[in-house]
Amino acid sequence: MSLVDKIKSFDYGPVFMSLGFFLVFILVWHGLTQQPDFDSTGLSENELMTMEFNGDIIQDDAGNYIYNPDKPIGIPGPAKVFDKTKSELKEIFHKKGTNDHGIGHLVWYTVKRFAIGFLAASIFAVVLGVIIGLNKKLFLALNPFIQTLKPISPLAWMPLLLYSVQDPTWTAILVVFMASLWPTVANTAFGVSTMRKDYLRVASLLEMGYFRRLFKVVLPAAAPAIVAGLRISFGSALVAVVPAEMLLGELGIGYLSWIEWNNLDISGVIFAIIVVGVVGVVLDYAFSRVAKLVTYPEM
Amino acid sequence: MSFLKVDHVSKTFPVLDGPDKGQTFTVFKEVNFEIQQGEFLTMIGHSGCGKSTLLNIMAGFDEPSNGGVILDGNLITKPGLDRMVVFQSFALMPWLSTFENVRVAVKSAHPDWSPDRIKDWTQKYIDMMSLGGAESKKPAFLSGGMRQRVGLARAFAVEPKILLLDEPFAQIDALTRGAIQEELVRMWNATKSTVFMVTHDVDEAILLSDRIALMTNGPDAELAEIVEVNIPRPRSREELIDSKEYVELRSHILHFLVRGAKRQDSPPSEMHFSKKDMEVKGDNSSSEEKRQPA
Repeated sequence: MSLVDKIKSFDYGPVFMSLGFFLVFILVWHGLTQQPDFDSTGLSENELMTMEFNGDIIQDDAGNYIYNPDKPIGIPGPAKVFDKTKSELKEIFHKKGTNDHGIGHLVWYTVKRFAIGFLAASIFAVVLGVIIGLNKKLFLALNPFIQTLKPISPLAWMPLLLYSVQDPTWTAILVVFMASLWPTVANTAFGVSTMRKDYLRVASLLEMGYFRRLFKVVLPAAAPAIVAGLRISFGSALVAVVPAEMLLGELGIGYLSWIEWNNLDISGVIFAIIVVGVVGVVLDYAFSRVAKLVTYPEM
Repeated sequence: MSFLKVDHVSKTFPVLDGPDKGQTFTVFKEVNFEIQQGEFLTMIGHSGCGKSTLLNIMAGFDEPSNGGVILDGNLITKPGLDRMVVFQSFALMPWLSTFENVRVAVKSAHPDWSPDRIKDWTQKYIDMMSLGGAESKKPAFLSGGMRQRVGLARAFAVEPKILLLDEPFAQIDALTRGAIQEELVRMWNATKSTVFMVTHDVDEAILLSDRIALMTNGPDAELAEIVEVNIPRPRSREELIDSKEYVELRSHILHFLVRGAKRQDSPPSEMHFSKKDMEVKGDNSSSEEKRQPA
């Protein structure tokens, strides 16, 4: 199929619908957050002066009172969030002092923290899963522990981890680690223990050694189950990294949301939420591209 | 000294459940036969007679309860490259392409060969099994017939002392089956291999075999007799239908099977076990019997 044919046969309906929904959402958001002009009728001179003193209203060039644009009231509208986004993206890689880092840096800190915790946990979990998946007695013996540890929220570990390692940077990574561990362990063990015995029979006919059997037969046979486990871990780790940053005050996109709240900059909070979503989508896409390499059509 | 000797092999399983728990269940007993080098021997019998279990013992997947199997002077204790199995379920690695499925076997058999030599050897067997053009396809995208061609190519490429075929054509449609059976015979001729096959299909057994071993019904199955197939090769399906030997042999085997596969020279053995025991063992004869030729 040529590119032209692909473009011609592509169904644009959903794309236009998506754009339509987005437009409706922006319009509704704008409508609901629209502020009326300041109306001074019925207010005494004294009340107006108090309001001006508090910074709620200011006098414009013509001498009329209007709301102070620098003191936001209510939820900010899309235009304000757009302005905030623009100003943040303008300073994407700036660094002012220890805490005021550009959004580019913050995303990088979070991605790095996430990647270290997730990769370390995944390697550990796959190795552990293969070991207990190959040993039925060990599987049965360890299964109650895994089932108990699995539902514990990774954030529940945080105080203990912080107390143990005495370092918020490593605690945040370990929270991601704990979040990514159990689904991969459970799925890998399941995939290894339930793989078709035919594959092992072929491996034994071919007199494969332990490691050749492991890498040529066991891991590929369990790959679909392992990837399914990694995918659950991935989502869980992504969910855990944001509150971990908030609670630990570690620079990152979760931290951004919290610091903007402390600044009472609601536009900044909404901007941080959008960044979390975008980073999640990009990481998830990257994950599925990698997952595609190791999965195969079942027979 | 024969090439392969199945020496008084019996297989019993403990009954794990039901009223006879703790007792043993004999699938077959005292099976005794030999296969000459270059011979094609087929074992035929109803489901539950243990012919696949016997094949697994010969492959080294399973251990005999009594007796043993000796291949070229060596007692079989575990699976190895001197025996290759062609599975009913194909047992191809779905994550590997056709070419890779064969190559992994060649590489295992010849770890000292150069990559180029392994590649050429693999390609030779791919071409011999008419798999050219399908090298890069994964098994999921191949038809049942093509999958078993890969299974055969993989087995032949290792050049084992004996090929063990476990109902290799049972999952292949009847039209394709004929073509692959012919290729099997061609490969067997070209490579001078020794073959032991297990099947339900009488026509298939006669078409392919030098000798056919008939098993009585299980439990307590025994080898009833071994019949010679004195039909000159090459045999074609078309000529076979009208051949006198074929008709006689076919009716002899079918009578044996329909009669209930009883031994002629001894009274029917007493049934020690209820039907329930057979169900416990996972006997699925009712479903498989439908595949019996009428």
